Amino acid sequence: MQQLAVREPLIATPAGALPASVSALVGAAAVAPVATIETRPTNPSAAKPIATRPARAGWAARSLEWIGTAVVPPVLVVLALLLVWELACASPKSSLPAPTKIWAESQDLILNPFFVAGPQDLGLGWRVLTSLQRVAVGFGLAAVVGIGLGCLVGQSQWAMRGLDPIFQVLRTVPPLAWLPISLAAFRDANPSAIFVIFITAIWPVIINTAVGIRNIPQDYRNVAQVLRLNQLEFFWRIMVPAAAPYMFTGLRIGIGLSWLAIVAAEMLTGGVGIGFFIWDAWNSSKLSDIVVALVYIGLVGFVLDRLVAYVGKLATRGTAAA
Amino acid sequence: MIARLDHATHTTARMQVAGQPFLKLDRVDKTFARGSTSTNVLSDVNLTIERGEYVAVIGHSGCGKSTMLNLIAGLTPVTSGAVLLEGLEVNEPGPERAVVFQNHSLLPWLTCYENVKLAVDKVFSGLKSKAERHDWVLHNLDLVNMVHAKDRRPSEISGGMKQRIGIARALAMEPKVLLLDEPFGALDALTRAQLQDSVMDIHGRLRNTVIMITHDVDEAVLLSDRIVMMTNGPSATIGEVLDIRLPRPRKRLDLVEDKEYVHGRAAVLEFLYARHKAPQVEAAE
Repeated sequence: MQQLAVREPLIATPAGALPASVSALVGAAAVAPVATIETRPTNPSAAKPIATRPARAGWAARSLEWIGTAVVPPVLVVLALLLVWELACASPKSSLPAPTKIWAESQDLILNPFFVAGPQDLGLGWRVLTSLQRVAVGFGLAAVVGIGLGCLVGQSQWAMRGLDPIFQVLRTVPPLAWLPISLAAFRDANPSAIFVIFITAIWPVIINTAVGIRNIPQDYRNVAQVLRLNQLEFFWRIMVPAAAPYMFTGLRIGIGLSWLAIVAAEMLTGGVGIGFFIWDAWNSSKLSDIVVALVYIGLVGFVLDRLVAYVGKLATRGTAAA
Repeated sequence: MIARLDHATHTTARMQVAGQPFLKLDRVDKTFARGSTSTNVLSDVNLTIERGEYVAVIGHSGCGKSTMLNLIAGLTPVTSGAVLLEGLEVNEPGPERAVVFQNHSLLPWLTCYENVKLAVDKVFSGLKSKAERHDWVLHNLDLVNMVHAKDRRPSEISGGMKQRIGIARALAMEPKVLLLDEPFGALDALTRAQLQDSVMDIHGRLRNTVIMITHDVDEAVLLSDRIVMMTNGPSATIGEVLDIRLPRPRKRLDLVEDKEYVHGRAAVLEFLYARHKAPQVEAAE
């Protein structure tokens, strides 16, 4: 409690200072459009300086507008939520920690992601990296195998009839249900976790790729036939680029699912990953640490999703607009 | 130009000696079966086309003109009868029967240059060096006046320009027969006229054999040496073949009042609208 009282001004200072600066920014961004709307009908000459202002201010004005529209609203909402959370968990009898308590108890985890204080006392950055490594292997395999199988199912009527029912059944199996079987098969935690990632992420990749292949316009197939492209040329020159938008949709869903599955799998398999950290923290009743880990997981998942989306955008440039 | 045309493999010479027609449709029949119902689209189609001829195929929609083109292209197999190119049966698609598709069918992820290059690389992989292939792509883009847009993607150019690239791609394969499937159908009248002039010009220079599907009477009379008129489906066949004896090069404006032109136009119109009127359902469309 003593400690808490000391910490409180720390968070209160930025929280108190921010709204003031934020409202200043909002004000600056909001005034310009309001002024244009008001002056245009009544006084046409007054519109002139406003019209020239963006050109003169240029980059600064645009970045200010971006802050006003893209940064300020989420920051305000997050602050509001933190405040509600703080109030809701302020009572000493509260079962969940309030933000201030989390800051007090898990400051080291928040401020330094990459400390090493012992074999099981690592910064969350290291743990996330370990988990990411597993995801990279599992998801990488799922991407390669999934696109391959998706192409097969999309291209061959027979393969679709044979494999699609199996896929439809298997894809509904929850990730963790695979864990006992994979533990039995691999007799080791790490490959089992990787297998769970693989088996979780592969279905959307297969299904989306197959849909993309099936939707390749007959025109492109005709072109390939007239040119007598062989199977390999057809795959690289027509199939992959034509189905790429669908493939990346599958990959994007897949990476999200992998990240969901890794945490669950690591809770059970142990080791260094972020999932096991949560399990370990729960066993030692460190609720604050768990909350910090959740924020890490959320942020990393968000970055992963954006990363795949960005790669997809680069890779499918020109494909979407036919 | 002569050398280019004679490039057409050894079989050509052999077949020419044997007195074979260049392209022959011999009692071609096409039936599409779907489940238990089957539709006889083309029935007993016989046609002989000479090297260098420009033949237009005209008919109401649903008469199987596009099917006929697909049969010649090899994209659709015949049910009975045969398509013979230089005496050899056509049973698969290939670059010697290049198709210009109605909706251009350019690959949107490739630039105009790359679209043509894909065809050139495939057809001339062992025959031309890399530099020669590059020059050949540019030469064909130049034929359709599209060198300026070579680095643009299909989504960035107009419909007429896309069709020009489609034509360049087909020409670049040095086809024995150039198949045009309603190539100007989706274009506005002015663009269409420009492209027709381009195609006439290219045909005048290269003397390639062209088969063009169309539903535009003026286009058929203006461009072709012969017009093949199709009866209505099902079981459509060739109703009449009209020779257009207009001297080349043809000038659009000079022809407007030319006797032969007017006569040809009237004959086609008479065939299409008096003797083989479109079925009621299609007229309502």
